[in-house]
Amino acid sequence: MQTAVFIACAVIVLGGGVGVVISRNPVHSALSLVATLFGIAVLFLQQDAQLLAAVQVIVYTGAIVVLILFVLMLLGVDREEDLYEEPLVGQRTLAALVGVILVGGVVAVIVAGGSAVVTGQPSATQPISTAMSNIEQIGRELFTTYVFGFEVTAALLTVAVLGAVVLARRRHDLAPIPEPEPISTAVADPIIADDEVAG
Amino acid sequence: MLDQNLNIAYLVLSALLFGIGGVGLMIRRNPLVMIMCVELMLNAVNLTFVTFGAMLDDIGGQVIVFFVLVVAAAEVVVGLAIVVAIARRRPSATADDIRLLRG
Repeated sequence: MQTAVFIACAVIVLGGGVGVVISRNPVHSALSLVATLFGIAVLFLQQDAQLLAAVQVIVYTGAIVVLILFVLMLLGVDREEDLYEEPLVGQRTLAALVGVILVGGVVAVIVAGGSAVVTGQPSATQPISTAMSNIEQIGRELFTTYVFGFEVTAALLTVAVLGAVVLARRRHDLAPIPEPEPISTAVADPIIADDEVAG
Repeated sequence: MLDQNLNIAYLVLSALLFGIGGVGLMIRRNPLVMIMCVELMLNAVNLTFVTFGAMLDDIGGQVIVFFVLVVAAAEVVVGLAIVVAIARRRPSATADDIRLLRG
């Protein structure tokens, strides 16, 4: 049963992830992201992290994706990207190579190590409790052991909100940025080009 | 409590998801899609944290996901503000066009 749930969620998560990357329309990417986040929420449930599963759905799919979709609507949803042309030569090949090396390395270590890949001792001070509910235990930890980090988090959120307000404020004294020339036609090295003109 | 082989499968799944997000971040040029790819990578890391917490019987693995969530929310807010600020002055900008600081 657990394996069946895992396989179903893994398919949803990976399918959604691939959908985010290959969708031409950003709205489709956002919807694929929702599928991935829901799949991960179910996986959290299976790992007995009930509070995190709820927070994942409320905060991620409820707030963050809606915020992204809102900005998409604000900027115009009809902007589709042409994924067939590749403006930087070899970019995708290199990116795929880096990705394969990264994932291959991590997966090789995990599979070769088996369950010994996680080093360290089972927790002595904060084991996952069966007496307390998940939400109660996380709340206790947050307000006792991690209370300093919790306060820093509050400061971070305040700074982020202030930054967003300052950045998104409309300023009238700024001229529009002119369209730059495309990279493909730009002169590769201005110094050499100047010499050629002078010579 | 899950069986250890399934926990290993969780780790492999999050590695794959992290790779997909990373490759997407490298090949896409729409800044909004790039932000979504960063979210994919953050979620992969969250899943790893929860799995490690379950394997080591430690609630800290779930607490730290909370902090990751908050940082992700802050990152999205500031990132979207930057996207909006750029799009106001250059409606068709992609990540390749933002190169005023290029040497």
